[in-house]
Amino acid sequence: MIDKELPTVAEAVADIFDGATVMIGGFGEAGSPIELIHALIDQGASGLTVVNNNAGSGEVGLAALLKSGGVSKLICSYPRTAGSRVFPDLYRSGRIELELVPQGTLSERIRAGGAGIPAFFTPTAVGTPLQDGKEIRTFDGRDYVMEHGLTADFALVKCSRADRHGNLVYNKTARNFGPVMATAAATTIVQASEIVDIGALDPEVVVTPGIFVSRVVGVAKPALESELVAREVSYP
Amino acid sequence: MSVDDNAVGWSRDDMAKRAAFDIPDGAYVNLGIGIPELVAKHVPEGREVVYHTENGLLGMGPSPVDDEGDPELINAGKRRVTAVPGASYFHHADSFVMIRGGHIDICVLGAMQVSEHGDLANWSTGSPDSIPAVGGAMDLVAGANTIRVITQHCTRDGQPKLVEACSYPLTGAAVVKRVYTDLAVVDIGANGFQLVELAPGIDFEHVRDLTAAELRPLPN
Repeated sequence: MIDKELPTVAEAVADIFDGATVMIGGFGEAGSPIELIHALIDQGASGLTVVNNNAGSGEVGLAALLKSGGVSKLICSYPRTAGSRVFPDLYRSGRIELELVPQGTLSERIRAGGAGIPAFFTPTAVGTPLQDGKEIRTFDGRDYVMEHGLTADFALVKCSRADRHGNLVYNKTARNFGPVMATAAATTIVQASEIVDIGALDPEVVVTPGIFVSRVVGVAKPALESELVAREVSYP
Repeated sequence: MSVDDNAVGWSRDDMAKRAAFDIPDGAYVNLGIGIPELVAKHVPEGREVVYHTENGLLGMGPSPVDDEGDPELINAGKRRVTAVPGASYFHHADSFVMIRGGHIDICVLGAMQVSEHGDLANWSTGSPDSIPAVGGAMDLVAGANTIRVITQHCTRDGQPKLVEACSYPLTGAAVVKRVYTDLAVVDIGANGFQLVELAPGIDFEHVRDLTAAELRPLPN
């Protein structure tokens, strides 16, 4: 029998090791697996490389993980957030490394990583400082930058509904990076607002097939980052 | 178009409405962060336009009233929006296939600087203590078919944003075709900046003086 369900977020993230690369889904608070991130803070892994589109807000979720000091490098497209001091303070004091990646290049690097493609060429960032140090090739008269596929040891993903095989359905624009990150990590850990019986998800609407998912944990009422930030919650 | 009694030229909403006026029926249009987000409020009468936001929605409608709505239904600026009938959701790689694969007809972006050659700078001042944040802008200028910009004509401290050459790091070279500012609509062609339209109450000399490159007047 295949049963990927685990009872707690603590067990789900227990084996994330020091120095691991961890992809974390979400675009701002939409799709941010905040309970898994808080469990990772409690677990205490350090020297992490984190891949996320943003750098968190307030002092909860991703921002709290950065503040905990457990992250040495962030791979990210848009680390600027109104109302968060955590990343700017770490960055300006040289306590975190930033690899800035255009958002489409970031999602394609993850997609390529998940598809076993080591590198690809894109016109994005040609003629800008973000092409520095990268190979340029010309195809049909247009210049392209070589970008490398991106894989991870772990991915933390939030979805709305899952079954014990790890088939996933998302909510609206909370889908964002979840499906591609699930393909690119050796171990994909999912928090689902609801875990349903096998067969309850219509195969026609499954977004992430279970083959890409390692663990599922139910988090029935996930916290909302913006509500925690509004209440000035600081995790832990 | 309405003009605030104390303001000179077009308001942010007027600029968005003016940009929406130029979008043809049936177009697929990406809207960037800032004033471009307001374009979603405006679809000219009798046209059907599909707005795209790169975080995974085609068929984006305006923000819900009183900031209600779903915190997991947001735009690229992370503000809550709505989905119109006929909308679809998709993941990030598919969203950027739309952008990078040339499927988006028009993209409307904000700007820090635009040069007379159509170079765009809108992600970093290049200063060592600034936080660089590129988002999807470099993908959009490389992949969308037509790039337009909505921006105030000058910065808050009065520096022109339309310049001969960008002093900030580029987002893309020779990509911008048209700029909507609070003062004017300006095209960028082989001869540089060409005035297309003046905002109500604004004269050519005023716009020319606030443009740090040659601005060609309306043809007689």
